[in-house]
Amino acid sequence: MNGRVKNLVPRYLLLVFFSFMVLLPISGLFLGAFKTDTQLIQGPFSLPQTWNLDNFRQAWFTGRFNIFFKNSVIVSIAVVAASVFLSVLTGYAFGLLPLPGKRWLFPLILLGYMVPFEAVIIPLYHFLDLLGLRDSYWALILPQIGLSVSFGTLWMTSFFENAPRDLVDAAAMDGCSRWQTLWRVLWPLAKPSVTTLVVLIFMWTWNEFLLALVLIQDETLRTLPVGLAFFQGKYTANIPLLAAGALIVALPTVIVYILFQRFFIRGMLGGAVKG
Amino acid sequence: MRANKAYPGENKWKGWLYLLPGLLIYLAFTFYPILETVRTSFYEWNGFSAQRTWVGLQNYQMVFSDAQFTSAFLHNLVFILFYCVLPVFIGLLLASVLSRRALPGMTFFRTVLFLPQVISMVVVGVIWRWIFNPQFGPLNILLNALGLSGLTRAWLGDFALALPAVGSIGTWVQYGFCMILFLAGMQHISEEYYEASSLDGANAFQQFVHITIPGLRAEIGVALVTTIIAALRVFDLVYVTTRGGPGNATLVVGFLIYRSAFQQNRIGYASAIATLLMLMILAVSLLIRRLQTGNEEESA
Repeated sequence: MNGRVKNLVPRYLLLVFFSFMVLLPISGLFLGAFKTDTQLIQGPFSLPQTWNLDNFRQAWFTGRFNIFFKNSVIVSIAVVAASVFLSVLTGYAFGLLPLPGKRWLFPLILLGYMVPFEAVIIPLYHFLDLLGLRDSYWALILPQIGLSVSFGTLWMTSFFENAPRDLVDAAAMDGCSRWQTLWRVLWPLAKPSVTTLVVLIFMWTWNEFLLALVLIQDETLRTLPVGLAFFQGKYTANIPLLAAGALIVALPTVIVYILFQRFFIRGMLGGAVKG
Repeated sequence: MRANKAYPGENKWKGWLYLLPGLLIYLAFTFYPILETVRTSFYEWNGFSAQRTWVGLQNYQMVFSDAQFTSAFLHNLVFILFYCVLPVFIGLLLASVLSRRALPGMTFFRTVLFLPQVISMVVVGVIWRWIFNPQFGPLNILLNALGLSGLTRAWLGDFALALPAVGSIGTWVQYGFCMILFLAGMQHISEEYYEASSLDGANAFQQFVHITIPGLRAEIGVALVTTIIAALRVFDLVYVTTRGGPGNATLVVGFLIYRSAFQQNRIGYASAIATLLMLMILAVSLLIRRLQTGNEEESA
């Protein structure tokens, strides 16, 4: 027993050390958001004297984070809902339906999963300009659906390929159409895979930066990450105010992560990383 | 990938009905822009005039003779050290030291270690700009408190230190991911291998080289692909922390594309760099995947 405990101590020390290194900067940001300038310099990691919400108020109203927040919510919900629905359909087509041309279609879609936004941003700018969609929610929503569907298709295809065929055939024997089989028989089984897809696409969309930076000039259409970047340009030295703004940006993804972390980690360990 | 059979009487094109809506959006807003990037890279164009001039490979010649591109690319290679080599090394070290049996409280540590992965890179940039701030950043405050005032720097404004400073932020973001990935992989390595090799007199290091590393082949592959790609395409973090400065000390390929295309209106030139970046990323992911399957066939 004693030997086992001795064995555990260095392991925990390592874990504690590396976790501490992650938490220290984040907690400094968190605590700083409630302080004034001078308090922050006096003690970067001390508890604030009062849990003052002034910085949040200033970021939210004066810094227009209320508008950025609304924009981020609209774009994220639209991208997640459309991409997940479309990916279930495309994944079903690849995994279980007769699909002539499947052999060359699959690498075509895989390509979209591998290329970064940097590779498509230049033509997207001019293409959306031509369509009159630049500086609109559509400029953020449509390209992100395109990229999310490529990952979503791969993700859902692997679910449907491994779905129990007997069940699918039995449903067909009972007279279910393909559409009914999908929603009545397979959908309940697909929920864990779909949940993972939802949380991953939500996180990517919420945090997306380059598209929103380039395709949106109208300040009232900015999403939170871009809003924060410009906010930082304006208030370079006001760290507590920046910290409050940064917390507003980070909080939704952190909450979703903590609630669904099992799904998050499963997805990201599966190689599903795309920033 | 096997072909799925149509049921008797079913139209064999039925799958296309389900595929089409998603495919069309993908083709219009992802696939077409990919092709268009490649095509534009053969033209000279300022982005707004109606006329584009075909220049063949001239943009590529310009890219390869441009000292800015070379230094940006070298900075990306340095970032591979910080985004990939260090985190993978830390991750392997920890995975080998930690027990293969789950430790009590592991869920908590896992949640914490993974946290930087879910936070916007802009937020990460705000945090670290504060930490590196020359006047009131905690790093310099700490150095002063330790009596090491001589070491304090304007970290992100220093020509020699800005690149490793931004790179170390990448290490901070990636190491938890690598650790969790490898720890998860360790669960699948049978305890018997370690027991048998102990009986044969293998020490911990030999076990690490001959059992742990081969056992984690798949996870190491995922970690390499993910982190190398992150290092090659880094943009958000550089935009927020240094904008490529001081001078061009932290200029990276992603930022050079942005600057050339949207600040200098050199669309063809920027497209050539974007095409090269895309090819590099495709090459990295295909190469590592190929190496992995090659290994599997060998050991099978």
